[in-house]
Amino acid sequence: MGILNRFAMLFRAKANKALDAAEDPRETLDYSYQKQLEMLSKVRRGVADVATSRKRLELQLNQLNGQSTKLKDQAQKALSMGREDLAREALTRRSGIEGQIRDLNTQHAALQGEEEKLTLASQRLQAKVESFRTRKETIKATYTAAEAQTRIGEAFSGISEEMGDVGMAVQRAEDKTAELQARSSALDELLASGTLDDVTGTSKDDITAELEAMASGSDVESELASMKAQLSGGDPAKQIDAGDAAGSPQSAPNSEGTANPAAPTQPGQTGGQQ
Amino acid sequence: MIVRIMGEGQFRLDEAALAHLNELDAALEAAVTAEDQQAFSTTLADLLGQVRASGEAVPDDELAPSDLILPGSNATLAEVGEMLTDEGLIPG
Repeated sequence: MGILNRFAMLFRAKANKALDAAEDPRETLDYSYQKQLEMLSKVRRGVADVATSRKRLELQLNQLNGQSTKLKDQAQKALSMGREDLAREALTRRSGIEGQIRDLNTQHAALQGEEEKLTLASQRLQAKVESFRTRKETIKATYTAAEAQTRIGEAFSGISEEMGDVGMAVQRAEDKTAELQARSSALDELLASGTLDDVTGTSKDDITAELEAMASGSDVESELASMKAQLSGGDPAKQIDAGDAAGSPQSAPNSEGTANPAAPTQPGQTGGQQ
Repeated sequence: MIVRIMGEGQFRLDEAALAHLNELDAALEAAVTAEDQQAFSTTLADLLGQVRASGEAVPDDELAPSDLILPGSNATLAEVGEMLTDEGLIPG
């Protein structure tokens, strides 16, 4: 006997045990129907909970993406003002935030999958519960002892297997959202307090911190290099940078005067409005 | 024959598909016994693919117990081992 058969037997044994325990199988039908309705509302709550967690993640992702963009802009400006140290700091912070974003995106995909599965499970269960209700009434109306066991058994095993499956799915989803909610709350606090900017503020051991510094360091270096290339090379991106800088009040005088002396006189600058 | 994929629903398969399923079933059992997560994942993915491809989804309102039950695609070796040893894991 294979493992798949054993699984099926486990589910069926559960159903049979409940059925055998009852004096009159018809009592079991009503009792089971109550349990089915409870399970149905539990699944629906599960779907709602997962959706709430997903939306919360989306809000956080939006905020983090906004911060990431802001830090990149800051790095760009800092560099055009000749403040490479500031640009480096901004890009380092951004690298930490990008890590968070990747992490949240993974969780978001997982939650979305969970939500879809649970939604389908809830639809399936609803159809089966409705079907069970009809069958239950028919069986009760035409009940004769001889046929009852088999007719009830089939419907009962079928629905009880579905309940078992759905029950486990809901449990899994609940575990996942509970774990996620704890992390979400922590992240919300970080976002609210602004400490997320400080990527060194975490309590990591030296080696982890060092490794991460090396990894993010190389990201930072390569981004710095590409920004420098944009600034010094005569490529179209330079005009975009210049146009952008000139358009923003804080850095306009500086960028025209020092960092990009040639930029304002170059043709085609109208293309620089991003 | 009805096969359930946990978390996904039931599929109706004809007997012709059974021989191959049995083969994979044996391989899955061997993987569980050997606690070989790699072999377990590969075989499970094969099994799920096979059932989805050759099976037809059982209508939602049909109430029939399954002949075979397959763990869902995310199931781990540990979870399956637990289910086999601990009946209490299946709520009902």
